[in-house]
Amino acid sequence: MLEKALKGTRKYWTWITFLFLVIIFGMSAYSQQRWFGLTVTGMDHNMSWGLYRAQFTFLVGIAASAMIVVLPYSLHNFKAFGKIVIISEFLAASATLMCLLFVLADMGRPDRILNVLLYPHVHSMMFWDLLALNSNLFISLIIGWGLLGAERKEVLPPTWLKPVIYLSFPLVIGMLTVTAILHGVLPYHNLWFPAAFIPRFLVSSFASGASLLILLALILKKTTGFEVGSEAREKLAVLATYAGVTNFFLIGTDFFTVFYSNPVPLMRFSLMIGLGSVAVLLIPALRTSSKWLPAACAGLVISIWLNNGVGYEMIEYSPTLLERTITLGIWAIGVLLLTILLKVAVTVKGEISHCVSK
Amino acid sequence: MMNEERRTFIKKTGLGVLACLGAASGLMTLIPETSLEKTVLPAWDEVTLPGNIRLGMLIDTRKCKKDCHLCITACHHAHNVPDFSHSKDKVTWIEKSTYKKVFPTASHQLQNKEITERSYLSLCNHCAESPCTRVCPTGATFQRWDGIVAIDYHRCIGCRVCMAACPYGSISFNWQDPRTAIHEPTTAYPTREQGVVEKCNFCSDRLVKNQLPACVEACPENVMTFGDLNDPRSDIRILLESNETVQRKPELGTKPSLFYII
Repeated sequence: MLEKALKGTRKYWTWITFLFLVIIFGMSAYSQQRWFGLTVTGMDHNMSWGLYRAQFTFLVGIAASAMIVVLPYSLHNFKAFGKIVIISEFLAASATLMCLLFVLADMGRPDRILNVLLYPHVHSMMFWDLLALNSNLFISLIIGWGLLGAERKEVLPPTWLKPVIYLSFPLVIGMLTVTAILHGVLPYHNLWFPAAFIPRFLVSSFASGASLLILLALILKKTTGFEVGSEAREKLAVLATYAGVTNFFLIGTDFFTVFYSNPVPLMRFSLMIGLGSVAVLLIPALRTSSKWLPAACAGLVISIWLNNGVGYEMIEYSPTLLERTITLGIWAIGVLLLTILLKVAVTVKGEISHCVSK
Repeated sequence: MMNEERRTFIKKTGLGVLACLGAASGLMTLIPETSLEKTVLPAWDEVTLPGNIRLGMLIDTRKCKKDCHLCITACHHAHNVPDFSHSKDKVTWIEKSTYKKVFPTASHQLQNKEITERSYLSLCNHCAESPCTRVCPTGATFQRWDGIVAIDYHRCIGCRVCMAACPYGSISFNWQDPRTAIHEPTTAYPTREQGVVEKCNFCSDRLVKNQLPACVEACPENVMTFGDLNDPRSDIRILLESNETVQRKPELGTKPSLFYII
């Protein structure tokens, strides 16, 4: 099926070339970092985790977003998600790949990465996180590819795919939990993170994931004419609303313990956009409007991006140009993978509907 | 017919492989005894761990002279610690800070001026319940039998999760090649490479040679007392019993092995 990615319009190839250029820039910046060390970044003794780690935290949430579509589709037989399931799996795979690349980019000695497997330490959340990320990458690729292959041949998905799909649920929850605990064991404001941080991280991931999926569906509609169906979009918007409301409720509870005395300015900004977006999503008329929905989704994604990653990491720290270039390069790799996978998916789906209409 | 047989054969082989994997993973989960420790005692519990040696240090901040840096110089020379001065790439094993930085959770309201203006030594606390060793994915940061929290520079992957987990900021990272910033190298201790973490090792390299830690030896005022916290007859225990002492952020439950007389 991969050959479908090799045939495309001029626009498609321009986009691919652009992504390749960004990747080349990113790689040359990374070669600088490998040579001179992480001194080329803005991180220092006080801010030992920065932009890379922030992207990682946010993208783990996106990687988990496939679950909110696959679960209703496979367990509750919710057919309206039929067209978006594959897209969500491919989004998950691309996000997971970016997560892994950000972990690598953040390492002082990436050449020793296999030490994690040679000397595994069950105490360490990092170890579990890397295991979960790798499994999630393969599983989401397998599920997406399997479903698409079956669709192309116009047969039912193979029976072995079902247990794989079921396996992906605990894996996704595990990946999110482990990532949240990884941050939960760090002393913050001279305390350990509150335990409620972990469920909050889960729901915020689902909120941003659902919002990003809606945005992706709208972009696909605009660029390729591929329609996931308005019912799927509306249901996703409802899910994003519930997750968003729960997220801000849990943040609210946090305020009365940790943040009560001095909330960080960046978080206040993130809170304002987030609450505004959730307010828009709460009103059915606005939620179904073609103008308000993307705006609210984008707002929610940005709010959670600021709050989950950047807010915790980037107080009194500004990333260098080189660091930003590497970050852009990794994003470009992820977007390139996503573009190729979606191109295949949309072409296959297009061919099927074409045959049917004949 | 043939196909049917092949099908069952593949099925059975698959099950066999799965069973093997299951058994192997079962063996893998024979978790080392150390990971099955009982729930930690409350943070305010001052009972020392019985049995093993637990090395610790007592710092009498009343005796420490403000402008004296002999301990820092001695330590950094003895361990080839690079000198990036106070740039963002700084690496330190022991340093002098303000009261507010060393004891941020202590009360600062209307505190005695003499106390807030004094300078305080800070180094790795070699915590009995060390968060850094728990979060390390490779075990490169580990706790030794004598309570020293040590780092294997050859195993460290430079993920810096230990730095994030340390509540005292005692771990430094080699943001760039440290060898360019060692002014008077010594052959007594190896240098490190770019991209790994390092910190105070309680002079485990000197202890095996029956020498005291470099900082303790260098101090003309006898500010520091080094010894076994689990031995009731050691100098450090006798001093701990006869003085009022504090630890850094004791409420976190890390059980630091460093004590201060304020």
